[in-house]
Amino acid sequence: MTGAEPVAATPEGGKLAENIMHFARILRGAGVPVGPGRVIAALEALHLNCMARREDLYWTLHALFVSRRDQHAIFDQAFEAFWRAPKMREQLLSLLLAEIARSGPQDEKRAAARRLAEAMFDADQHRPRLREDQPDIEVDAQFSASLDEVLRRKDFEQMSLEEQAQARAAIARLRVLRRKVPIRRFEAAHAGSKLDPRRTMRRSMRAGGELVDFAWRRRSERLPPLVVLCDISGSMSGYSRMFLHFLHALMTDRDRVHVFLFGTRLTNVTRELQRRDVDEALERVAGAVADWSGGTRIGAALHAFNFQWARRVLGQGATLILITDGLDREDASLVATEMARLRRSAKRLIWLNPLLRFEGFEARADGIRAMLPHVDEFRPAHSLASLEDLAEALFKPPSGAHDPRHWLSSAAA
Amino acid sequence: MTTLPATIDETLTRLSASGYVADRPLATVLYLALRMGRPLFLEGEAGVGKTEIAKVLAAMLGRSLIRLQCYEGLDVAAAVYEWNYPAQMIEIRLAEAAGTIDRERLATDIFAERFLIRRPLLQALDGPLGAAPVLLIDELDRTDEAFEAYLLEILSDFQVTIPELGTIRANTPPIVIITSNRTREIHDALKRRCLYHWVDYPDAERERAIIAARAPQAAAVLADEVVAFVQALRREDLYKRPGIAETIDWVSALHALDRIALDPETINDTLGVLLKYQDDIARMEGPAAQRLLAEVQAELAARGRL
Repeated sequence: MTGAEPVAATPEGGKLAENIMHFARILRGAGVPVGPGRVIAALEALHLNCMARREDLYWTLHALFVSRRDQHAIFDQAFEAFWRAPKMREQLLSLLLAEIARSGPQDEKRAAARRLAEAMFDADQHRPRLREDQPDIEVDAQFSASLDEVLRRKDFEQMSLEEQAQARAAIARLRVLRRKVPIRRFEAAHAGSKLDPRRTMRRSMRAGGELVDFAWRRRSERLPPLVVLCDISGSMSGYSRMFLHFLHALMTDRDRVHVFLFGTRLTNVTRELQRRDVDEALERVAGAVADWSGGTRIGAALHAFNFQWARRVLGQGATLILITDGLDREDASLVATEMARLRRSAKRLIWLNPLLRFEGFEARADGIRAMLPHVDEFRPAHSLASLEDLAEALFKPPSGAHDPRHWLSSAAA
Repeated sequence: MTTLPATIDETLTRLSASGYVADRPLATVLYLALRMGRPLFLEGEAGVGKTEIAKVLAAMLGRSLIRLQCYEGLDVAAAVYEWNYPAQMIEIRLAEAAGTIDRERLATDIFAERFLIRRPLLQALDGPLGAAPVLLIDELDRTDEAFEAYLLEILSDFQVTIPELGTIRANTPPIVIITSNRTREIHDALKRRCLYHWVDYPDAERERAIIAARAPQAAAVLADEVVAFVQALRREDLYKRPGIAETIDWVSALHALDRIALDPETINDTLGVLLKYQDDIARMEGPAAQRLLAEVQAELAARGRL
């Protein structure tokens, strides 16, 4: 029933098995983690008569080799190239050569093609030849598009040891972000509010059935998620580096932190920032983000966050920190709509704005005026010192000074 | 109990005989999961019929369906087993009253199987020989990582250990279907033990077949219009796009209102059946719905279906 027999020795099956192994190697090279266990499972599936049709082969291998939705695109292209159109490989390779000096492609499709091309280049020598009589395939010309955006890769300077220490100290003082909340799960406790019947019964059996010693339990606690949306557009470039160090320190300090960067588009850099070494982490972030110091489209970025991520990362009483100067030349009504939704999804929404450092700051820009009514707190953030202020202030109940309405009324007056 | 399907085609026919209109990719992974004895991990938006797959599978194979609905804080006591403490207490008191307290014997008596309350996972492992049930672990993304880690052990070895009783191992591994709405990412370690499939919204043709199977009372013209309208709606920029369940509800609602064709007013009045967020409703109400309906009707007319 589970098809545990050894691999059939038919010539056809033998060749298919070999091709499956090469295909797995290509996928692996392209970043889809296909372990040997998966390959063995695929060889097992050979006996189940489920690869006779091309479509069935596709979905069988898909079920076995793909484990996340975002791997679908790369699987699809790899399958197309490997099992249907060997000629596509050459086109991918030439594209790779043309593109090699360019900065990291953001378009998912393009990134997939690049990784795929690299993987195929590696695996090419070992691969058995497939049929040669293939029609010409047009490779999607979008691979080299999107020049209208300011795509600049940026190097991070190294933060001094002292700066790093300061950042850590500032984080440690961010007490409010460390305030735990009770969850539904229980844990054993010396003195709790609820009887733990399972442990009580076990103890009493040790005493021969006498209920001498009650065991207690209480609700466990954990830190609620912390989500940071950080603006990295041109007007923020003076602060981006510091914030990234701050966010990296935050990330290594506690769990359940999600970080998104946005300029003209939204990038989830949570995985990249998780590297323990700060330089390595920031290098990866630089590689992942394509729109350093470009324009800002706050509305579009918030829209993307609300639709793709909010439901996945803002559960369980998450705190959301939005770091931006709020300068957006686009439609302010979209910003307002998306901010309203954002506030409804998060437990607490804090806006850190570096512009607030300037004396006489007034909330005059349309974008700022659209965003202000929807935040719980509006604070300056231009130095580690101000972050420390933030930490201290947040530990107390919110004071009137950071009430966003204050800025709206003062600007109107 | 009936046997497992022998080919993908047979899986497809038997699914449709059980009232589930599947596409070939889904039939392929179901067939594989059944034949390879591996858990099947289904991801997709809410309302695309993931849970329904498990139900239909149980009906199709004549197996019982055991459902574990996941929620935050789900723990072993609620998912696997718990002892019946009140009954155990009484047992102790009875032994005391009889005046014959033998510590060793009391311990074995107290932790006997008759005091064990079986929760879904234990029930699924503890089924009769050869007739493994279908185990549905629904909305796994709602639990926390701790429970996910616990599942790893059960899913790879199909056994649980109860300290007082020992290890309980499944005679025949259950057929496991895990679903996730993707409100958070499930750990790779768990996914690695499963076959993976993303369940998408159906295309128009399949959605019409689903309506025909699930709401046969609806007039054909109405069904065509409804499906075309919902398909168009899913292309709009909505916070929550309507699932198949919503389409079926809508057809039933329109039928209950005695409508045989769509008109802008009816759509406005019943939009809440399809869309579940006020923002989305506000966005689609009035002229937007009217425009969409006009497009849909023009398209249907062009294809000679109206």
